Amino acid sequence: MTDPVLRISGAGLRLRGRDLWHGLDLAIASGEFVAVLGPSGSGKTTLLRAILGLQKLSAGSIRVDGRPVRRGNDRVGYIPQQRPFPLGTNMRARDLIALGVNGTRFGAPIPRRGDRARVDALLEAVGAASYADDPVGSLSGGEQQRLRIGQALADHPALLLCDEPLSSLDLKNQRAVTSIIDEQRRSTGAGVMFVTHDINPVLASVDRILYIAGGRFRLGTPDEVLRSDVLSELYGAPIEVVRTAGRLLVAGIPEGEPHHPHHDHDHEEDAG
Amino acid sequence: MTWSDVFSFEDYGELLVLMQNPLIAAISLGLVGGLAGVFIMQRDMAFAVHGISELSFAGAALALLLGGSVVFGSLAGAIVAALIIGLLGARARDRNSIVGVLMPFGLGLGILFISMYNGRSANRFSLLTGQIVAVSDTDLAWLIGICLVVLVGLIVLWNPLRFDSLDPQAAEARGIPVQGLSIAFMLLLGAIVAAAVHIIGALLVMALLVTPAAAAMRVSHGPVAVPVLSAVFGLVSAVGGILLAIAGTLPVSPYITTISFLIYLVCRVIAGSRTRAVHMRVK
Repeated sequence: MTDPVLRISGAGLRLRGRDLWHGLDLAIASGEFVAVLGPSGSGKTTLLRAILGLQKLSAGSIRVDGRPVRRGNDRVGYIPQQRPFPLGTNMRARDLIALGVNGTRFGAPIPRRGDRARVDALLEAVGAASYADDPVGSLSGGEQQRLRIGQALADHPALLLCDEPLSSLDLKNQRAVTSIIDEQRRSTGAGVMFVTHDINPVLASVDRILYIAGGRFRLGTPDEVLRSDVLSELYGAPIEVVRTAGRLLVAGIPEGEPHHPHHDHDHEEDAG
Repeated sequence: MTWSDVFSFEDYGELLVLMQNPLIAAISLGLVGGLAGVFIMQRDMAFAVHGISELSFAGAALALLLGGSVVFGSLAGAIVAALIIGLLGARARDRNSIVGVLMPFGLGLGILFISMYNGRSANRFSLLTGQIVAVSDTDLAWLIGICLVVLVGLIVLWNPLRFDSLDPQAAEARGIPVQGLSIAFMLLLGAIVAAAVHIIGALLVMALLVTPAAAAMRVSHGPVAVPVLSAVFGLVSAVGGILLAIAGTLPVSPYITTISFLIYLVCRVIAGSRTRAVHMRVK
């Protein structure tokens, strides 16, 4: 077994005098798909920001690909929450992906040999080649989200962080986006950390689940974590996990709105 | 007034020689202003440009009153305004309210300084509506210097600035120093606004800093085509305005603003007919 692509050891985070979580241990192996679940405000996005080096931990450490986290690590790809680009946005589909290839280069914006081929390959990999030259504002949410995946894959990341990439997509596009990410982790061996409110669209791909609630967490396979007794203990309140018609419903979560995608998602303000 | 007052091409050649300084100023400002405009549009900062230009006007008016360098005054005013807007208004909504508060204050200060000024009255309103005809050698050196600094700055920051302007969340995640970049852009913006205030006047800077880019974005989405078109549109507006104004008695600024507006209209029509063509094909 090779080194894990992500190793979180004894991590804790205090924000504005409140413990979001502490004592968090997690290792993600190459090619592993870990879903992160939990109610709004449980610190899921903040955990991603810590892995990106944008948020300092108050305890513990995080290593990506064997090295301590740092800002601008090209071993980490990041897929943000789907926020539609407005119609007049001055960018074509291929340009959004190209930002992943050349967007961090300071200096004269002269294309390098291989840039165009790389963008074409990424367009192909996420199934966006047919609308490569269309303005992004004219594309559907699902099409835009494929482009964001393509952008995140630009530097061959060892770890792919996905922050609610399915919210505001319809069922068909949720499946399509999930299958692209699933396919990529299998073909490239990237580990996937997938923050989501709804486990159902990704349940078939998930290896393990990290469930964060009330400053505590549980880690395990879906069958180990998504159980009435486990979640009841985690929340300290009676929770019912129901499996019906191939879907999994979690009922009785206090205060939280786990299946409600929060759109107001400014990262300075939102710790969820 | 007859047409022969507005347009007369007698002695045009000699006038052209006299207008050498304004023409060089217009070429630099048209090109660099057009390029900066692409980022102004992408970062949704048209209103901020207007706010910066009013404080730049106040700075220039103060310099006029104190007998200092007007270019330096407008530069100082613009950079102070750009920094205030950049530091306090990271988000679009905050930014618009800060600009809305700063703008009348700057304009008011400028009017105060100008009313206290006892010198030649022709200088007074040229700060608001343009004074391109009166570009001295010293002014020209300053303006070219400012345009060069802004040009080099934009080129060095180009890709990361584009990333941050178009996809800020991903840009931050990829480790781009978004705050530093934003402040750096505001400084460049302040500098180019100050140059534009000096040439076409505080009230009209948008015609060279916003309209060309807005027009270019109507007809293209390409990462190379848009800046190139925008710079060309800016150049055509600025230089065309001067060339037309030389032939007549009207001031330069209305020519510049009208040309840049007409370019924008034509681009809109082109974009509109394209959209219709696409719809026809779909049907």
